[in-house]
Amino acid sequence: MTTLPRHLLSAADLGRDEALLVLDTAEELARLADRPIKKLPTLRGRTVVNLFFEDSTRTRTSFEVAAKRLSADVINFSAKGSSVSKGESLKDTALTLEAMGADAVVCRHGASGAPHRLANWIRGSVVNAGDGTHEHPTQALLDAFTMRNRLGRIDELRVVIVGDVLHSRVARSNVLLLSTLGAEVTLVAPPTLLPVGVDTWPCAVSYELDEVLPKSDVVMMLRVQRERMYGGFFPTTREYSRRYGLDARRMASLPDDAIVMHPGPMNRGVEIAAEVADSVRSTIVEQVANGVSVRMAVLYLLLGGAFIESVEAAA
Amino acid sequence: MKSARPVTGDPSAARPVLDAADVGRALTRIAHEIVERNHGSGDVVLLGIPTRGVSLARRLGARIAQIEPAQAEPEAPIPMGSLDVTMYRDDLRLRGVRPLEPTEIPPGGVDGKVVVLVDDVLFSGRTIRAALDALSEFGRPRAVQLAVLVDRGHRELPIRADYVGKNIPTSLTETVHVLLEDIDGRDAVLLGPADLPRSQARGTAAEEMTR
Repeated sequence: MTTLPRHLLSAADLGRDEALLVLDTAEELARLADRPIKKLPTLRGRTVVNLFFEDSTRTRTSFEVAAKRLSADVINFSAKGSSVSKGESLKDTALTLEAMGADAVVCRHGASGAPHRLANWIRGSVVNAGDGTHEHPTQALLDAFTMRNRLGRIDELRVVIVGDVLHSRVARSNVLLLSTLGAEVTLVAPPTLLPVGVDTWPCAVSYELDEVLPKSDVVMMLRVQRERMYGGFFPTTREYSRRYGLDARRMASLPDDAIVMHPGPMNRGVEIAAEVADSVRSTIVEQVANGVSVRMAVLYLLLGGAFIESVEAAA
Repeated sequence: MKSARPVTGDPSAARPVLDAADVGRALTRIAHEIVERNHGSGDVVLLGIPTRGVSLARRLGARIAQIEPAQAEPEAPIPMGSLDVTMYRDDLRLRGVRPLEPTEIPPGGVDGKVVVLVDDVLFSGRTIRAALDALSEFGRPRAVQLAVLVDRGHRELPIRADYVGKNIPTSLTETVHVLLEDIDGRDAVLLGPADLPRSQARGTAAEEMTR
């Protein structure tokens, strides 16, 4: 039987079967939203810790709602107002949470690789909820889920990811997951916003948005991450917006059934025009709703079963 | 997997206990019993437990429609659905997680109805316990009844079936294979040998579920 690895740290941890298992499970769980009682008893007595060292609204809330719908106990830990501000290290924080009996730790951290370190220190499952500019696997899963929902398939979909790829964990996770699932991914960005070694990623790269759009089924716009930008990556916001922003004119060049995605939070008027964000092609609100279903699926598949044996084997 | 879910292992090693005609007769009798017990089929809702329970529920519904011609009219077919119990099982921690199956509650809901749960094999009773929990999330039926094609004994909970196709005494290690026309290509109930290795039984059950 297909099972997930103990931790979900990278989208590359998932093979095709594992990724499809998550999407199929999420599809059944999505229907919980139509029920009068939106709760399942499956993770009763399990504890999920949301360990967030970076600001987040939707991801933290999404994980919290997902865990609560599965009846798990949720502890929200944010670095502000905790002992981290007194200088406690990641390891000591992790061991403290471990001692309190966390079955899963959902970790967001500004440093790439922090969840990987965490996974070596604690016995529970670690879910990467975004680490630095590295990965955000549940975002990629919910994006894939949204594509499959709207377009009926992922295989051979032409997906273009536009914008600040350099600072984007969403882009990296999406490239890895979507290529596993058979989509053809193209990254579009100014050369300054592409990471070194992007030529080794399983995707194509282009600098010209207008050339790529007419041949795209999915356009995913990335946020310009000002908080991570310390250099001059482009001359002005206005120029960036003119060349790489998605406005109504560019959207009109898309094929008829193409969709527009954005992982949020959006900078309206920079990478995406307001009229595009609010159009029928936009899946931005759906993505948030799908995020809960996908995270429920991940928590169920990681925590619902017999991971006790594997912990004992590792000990 | 020590659940009521049958294993579609190597059927050649198993001996038949019911053939296609027996399965058909059992279903016809259960359909009559459901109508008789409930004084018609007005409030009856059939809920199958995936995978084979759903197929059996569909066939029971077709038979009830024949018995009760008023129900055969297109505006009032017997409400039918499926109820996945995976998230309510008490053995997930022991056996590992499983893929989910669809749950379809008919549009009329279950409030005030007589819900007949349909499954292929009744064994420990734990699946039915989980089904009762799952059902309570959808409303409050007036009554819940249980129809199974095979009761193989070895109950671990105080649960019994209201309608039984066939009681088959088994040993704990034997396996009961229920084959149905629309899933397996033919109708039959087979009793598998006691020496089927557990790992093999699990593997084939997993294949069956991912299908």
